[in-house]
Order: sequence, then structure tokens, then C-alpha cells
Amino acid sequence: MEGGPSARIREGDCAVLKRDEVFKAVSVLRRRKIIFEKQWFYLDNAIGHIYGTTFEVTSGGNLQPKQEVEETSTETKEAGTDNRNIVDDGKSQKLTHDDIKALKDKGIKGQEIVQQLIENSTTFRDKTEFAQDKYIKKKKKKYEAVITVVKPSTRILSTMYYAREPGKINHLRYDTLAQMLTLGNIHAGNKMIVMETCAGLVLGAVMERMGGYGSIIQMYPGGGPVRAATSCFGFPKPFFDNLHEFPLSKVQSLLSGTFSTETLPAEPEENTLVEEESNGLSEEKQSSLQEAEEEPAPEAPMDINPTEEQDTMDISAEDVEFKENKEKENKENVREKQMKQWERRKKLQEAAALLREKNADGLIVASKFHPTPLLLSLLEFVAPSRPFVVYCQYKEPLLECYTKLRERGGVINLKLSETWLRNYQVLPDRSHPKLTMSGGGGYLLSGITVVLEKDKSDSSNPEALKMEEPSSKRCKLQDLPC
Amino acid sequence: MSFVEYGDTIKDGDTAIVFLGHESMFPVKVQHGSVTQTKYGVIRHSTDLIGKKYGSKVTCSKGGWVFILHPTPELWTMNLPHRTQILYSTDISIITMMLELKPGSIVCESGTGSGSLSHALIRTVAPTGHLYTVEFHQQRAEKAREEFREHGVEHLVTVTNQDVCKNGFGVSSIADAVFLDIPSPWEAIGHAKSALKAEGGRICSFSPCIEQVQRTCLALEESGFTEINTLEILLRVYNVRTVSLQIPDLGRAAEDNSSPGFDSSSPSPQGSSCANLQPGTVQFKSGVPLREVVGHTGYLTFATKSLL
Repeated sequence: MEGGPSARIREGDCAVLKRDEVFKAVSVLRRRKIIFEKQWFYLDNAIGHIYGTTFEVTSGGNLQPKQEVEETSTETKEAGTDNRNIVDDGKSQKLTHDDIKALKDKGIKGQEIVQQLIENSTTFRDKTEFAQDKYIKKKKKKYEAVITVVKPSTRILSTMYYAREPGKINHLRYDTLAQMLTLGNIHAGNKMIVMETCAGLVLGAVMERMGGYGSIIQMYPGGGPVRAATSCFGFPKPFFDNLHEFPLSKVQSLLSGTFSTETLPAEPEENTLVEEESNGLSEEKQSSLQEAEEEPAPEAPMDINPTEEQDTMDISAEDVEFKENKEKENKENVREKQMKQWERRKKLQEAAALLREKNADGLIVASKFHPTPLLLSLLEFVAPSRPFVVYCQYKEPLLECYTKLRERGGVINLKLSETWLRNYQVLPDRSHPKLTMSGGGGYLLSGITVVLEKDKSDSSNPEALKMEEPSSKRCKLQDLPC
Repeated sequence: MSFVEYGDTIKDGDTAIVFLGHESMFPVKVQHGSVTQTKYGVIRHSTDLIGKKYGSKVTCSKGGWVFILHPTPELWTMNLPHRTQILYSTDISIITMMLELKPGSIVCESGTGSGSLSHALIRTVAPTGHLYTVEFHQQRAEKAREEFREHGVEHLVTVTNQDVCKNGFGVSSIADAVFLDIPSPWEAIGHAKSALKAEGGRICSFSPCIEQVQRTCLALEESGFTEINTLEILLRVYNVRTVSLQIPDLGRAAEDNSSPGFDSSSPSPQGSSCANLQPGTVQFKSGVPLREVVGHTGYLTFATKSLL
């Protein structure tokens, strides 16, 4: 679907900047100053290059494709064997702070600064080969600023969000998201129900895996769905043709058959903004958060403003027709509003109709809300023999959800799980797990729906339990001193 | 039914999963006139299965019942006949995401093995993508072909019977991603690189031993791959249990038992199966880790082929 001809960076694209392990989502616009990792630059020169190209930032904030440089490491290498004679006197670097600043101000290439630092380090030669390696790597990271422009993907965006603004995605780690997509059997042609408050990241991940085939109904709390992260994916327009949304507050009425579109929830745009703000305030890393999230957003307000300005200018020029125009405008506004509302009603009706069929191919829940009521209601819309996955940052609500689902019936193969992720440093003679690993990436409760028998509620329930749990385990449970 | 498309009713020729309870299940090939034995009795395909809805409860001859499930790559992974050691869904999920697979992706894989990963890859790249899988063991390659045919996905996969280290994947410059699960992946890195598209792509190698990983990482670096990253993913499953802990008797005076120090036994949990709740115990729900869990499957090394 995607890829292929669009492998080149184009104006208006959603792209991701990468420096070492740090990512930032941006939209590619001309003459737009971008600040990333304490550097500012323009993306103008990146346009036309293939995704994956690495650039160097030159003076004036221009980007220049990085030339592959042969490392001059073949010169006679001198290295110590241990550090018994290396003393930390704070004087091993002969260049002062000011010297280094002067070098930078002269616009000298990062690579040369690193070389100078090495030459002026009195202890460098006494360091072991490994320590020298580490020293160079550290300095390169600081002085050789290279930026790679990559195409957005679930891999990149979920890694970025988890590192930069975990609070926005309820601390859903990328490997946990990967589990959800697999356990949920997300693929082209599905009819999926997604309920998330993860800035639209989970929705985007599901959309990527469905490749524009099938349909998605996004259940949203409040006045409208949040899709800040979804927009970072840069999906082609057709992907949104079969993306529907339905307000959570209407679920009960839809299930009881009293649903109508007469009372619509408040305008989506306004509420989305409020939601964003309130989320931002509670966030620890608010500044970095806004950097990544708000950049794609300005497109909408900017589109509106210029036309409005033009209108007012026209009016002031032709004073005579001012009043007439104003009235016309008002009438048009009202009509436009009505059109908009009619449009929204129609969309809502479509989503309601899709849900009413009660034949969805899966349910994905990843929100800040308690999962139990969501599951008990939303599972009604799912066909039998389909997977569902619920994410929660905490284990305890899922314990309750598990119990309640067992009582409800209509589900089998319930599994509460968590994944651990360990990264490794792999270098000759220096391989080991990385020093730090993530403490937690949340928990998943998954299962499969089956035909729910209406009359089974009391009589055959014990049998159902027996079926799910082997007798040995039940005995153990009863043996407990309770 | 197909592994890449849901169907509502069970049809002749389908592969269905018979679910007996608590992870006890097996696959069955649905055929007119055929019967399947379970511990709950006989299932007659013509009357008990064909035409029924997936997810239905089917009563067997002895009165017990089972559920019949629609096949998915995940259920297949749990039930497939092993011809080799296989990859499980936990590793598969991170492989799929880190290789950036989606509908339309072209993937190369070796070895095919028992086809556990293959089914998941096909599911993800369908309907417009393709899997080129290479297996040097002739019998295994043949068996995999047969399964893909039975599962209605043969149009999405090409099985080649050759040695990937010597002869490569049989395709060049078309893949978005390459996956290697072979004893000496470093010998196949060159072939992997040429199978990937000119503008780049992703690669993953699965190895149980760190020495294999080291050689692979070196080979990747020599071949100009970037973003080389090795990780390990472990699954922890929790049993949901209601646990009661007894409050120790510290010889508190009898008249003092009106104020037990903290809220014990009083909160009677709703829906608790423990009717004989004794005074002096505290009850709570817990997610208890299994006694023994998988501690290591393999290291996953990922890398990117950048354009040159």
C-alpha cells in the first residue's frame, strides 16, 4: 500500500527525526525552524532525499547529507592495559572550556573537535583500547551532530512516545503494544473496535496493520477522539474512509435500543483541545511532550485563519455592502453549521449501524479508565470466536476484570500477562545486558469470545468454571485456609 | 475459513480448533463424514460442526462439551505439529513490529521450520504482500507447502527448498524485511542484504546463544547495516487467585478482640467462592506468577539496511 514510490521525503510529509536513540515527530515544511536535541535547523534541504538519509547540521541551520567518511583509525594505536596509573586530577584535558567554545564558534566540524580533544588528552594513550573506544564514542555523540530523517512507523512512534511522553500513552511500552496487535490478530479486512486514551497511538498501530482494508470503530470518551499520535503516521487519505467513531456515553443507549442522534456530544474540536491540555498539565515532561504532539496539529487552525482574515479585509474595502455581506455570511454560517451537524449525525448513524450488527472481529482497549465496565459493555458488539485484548497500566483492575468476565461467561482462554524487555550491548569481548531496563510496561488481559448462552447464567456456571480450570487447581484453591 | 480472513460458519475443509478448556485444545480438519474423539466423547463433523457458527459450544457424545474456534496464527502456534523448535507469539509479536510489517510488505524468512512464524507473517502482510520462505530440509519444506495450501494462504507464500547460506532467498532487491532463524545467521547476512530493496529495509536474526549473536552483529556491521540492536523479550503469565492469609494469634487478650488492630476478615469480597471464611483471615485477589516460566527463548538482533 504505502512505501514504494513515496520513499522520498516530500513537503508536507509526516517524518521522524532521529539522533542516536532519540526520536521526534515533525511535519516537513519549508522555512520552518525545528529545534531538536538542543539544535535548530530547517528541513528544506532534506526534501527530495530518500527516507533514511543522515544529515549534518551546518551553519545557518541547513542540512547537508552526511558523507561516508573513512575512519582514520589505522594509525599506530597506543593503549594501556589497565588503569593503575591513571589519576583523576581533573587536568588531563589541556583544552579549556573556552577553547572548545571558540572551536565551535569558528564553525569547525565536530569530527575535528573530537580529534583535538583526543590529542589534548594526556591520559588518552594510557587508557585501555576499550576505554579509548568509549571516550571517542562519548565525544562523538556530543560534538558530531547528525540527524537521520526516517519514515514514521508503529515501531518508531511507539518507541518515541514511550521514551518522551509515557504519561500520554498510559505507560504502554512498545513491546506491550506489539503483543496487543498480535494477540488481537489485527490484520487487513477486520472490523475492529478500538477504545483507547493513548493519544491515538494504539489506533494508529491498528490502522497500520490493517493497511486501509476493513473498518475500525473508535469509541471515545468526552467530546471527540484524540488522534494526535495517529496523525504522526502520515496515513494516506483512504485509510480514514472506513475509520468511524462512536461516543462512549452512547453505548448504553445503543445496547438498550434507545439510541438516537438527537443529542450529539459537544463539538469534537473543542473538546479535543481541552482534553489535550488537561493531559499535558498532569504530565511530568510537559515541554518535550508538546514538542512532539503539537507540531502536526497546527495545520488545522492555520488553514482556517488565513481565509477569515481575507474575508474581513474584503469587507472593510467595500463598506457599502458591509451589512448585506454580514447577513449573508451569518446565513451561510448557520447553513454551514447545520450541514456540519447533519454530517456528524450521518457519521454517527453509520457507526451505530456497524456496532448494532454485533459482529466485530475484535476489541482492543487501552485507556486510563477502569477496564471492567468497558469490557462488559463493548464485548456485546464482538462476534463469537474473536480475540480481545485489554491493556492496563496496573495489574489489580485486570484481576477484577478477569473475575467479572468469568462471571459473565461468553469468554474463554483468559490470560493475564506482562512482558519484560531486556536490551543488550553486543561488542567483541564486551557483551552484556544494558545497565538499565524498563521497570514496567503495563499488563494485558486477553481472551477469545464464544457464543454466550442466555440461560446458562446460574445452572451451568459451575460447569463452565470447571471446564476452564483443571480439577487439580480447583482442589488446591479449596484447600487454601479460607 | 482462511488464516487471513474471518468466516462465520464452519465449512467442509476448514481447519478448526477444538477447545477443551484451560489451554487444552487441538486442531481438527473438518471433513464430511469424519469423526473426532475427545475425552468428552465423539464429535461428528457432518452434524456437529459443518454449518455451525465458529465460537459455538458443541456437545459431544458423552454429554461433555467443547468450543469450536476459528483458526488464527496464534492458536495455530499453540497447536501445530512440531517438526522443529518453534517461535512463540511473544517473540513473534516483537519481530512483526520491529520489522515494520504491514499489509503489502514483502518478507523473506529462513528456515521455515514448523511454520509457526510463517503463518503470523502471512497474516500480517496479506492481502497484497508476500512471504518468501526458504527451508533446506526437503521434507519440512514439502510439509509447509501442504499446510499453506490447507490453510488457504498458498497464494501469499513461496516455499523454496535450498540452503539459504549458500544460495540465498532466490529473490533480490524486493524485500522490505528479512528474518533469520538458522544456526549460522552470519553466513546468510550477505544474501539477506541482496534480498532487501535498494532503498533499504529491516532485518532480524533469532539466536539462542550469545556467541551466535556476536558473530551476527559483526557480520551485520561489516555489511553496512545500521541501528544494530539486540534484545530479549520474556512473557510472564499470572494466575488469578483469591488468597487468604491468616492473622497470627499474638495472644491478644480475649476482651480486646473488638479492635483487631486493622480491618481483617470483615470485607467480604463479592462473588467469593470461599463460603467458609473464618474470622482472623484476610482475603485478597492476587496475580500469582506460574511456578516455572520460560526464562530464555533467544536473542533477537534487529538492524536496518540503509541506502548506500
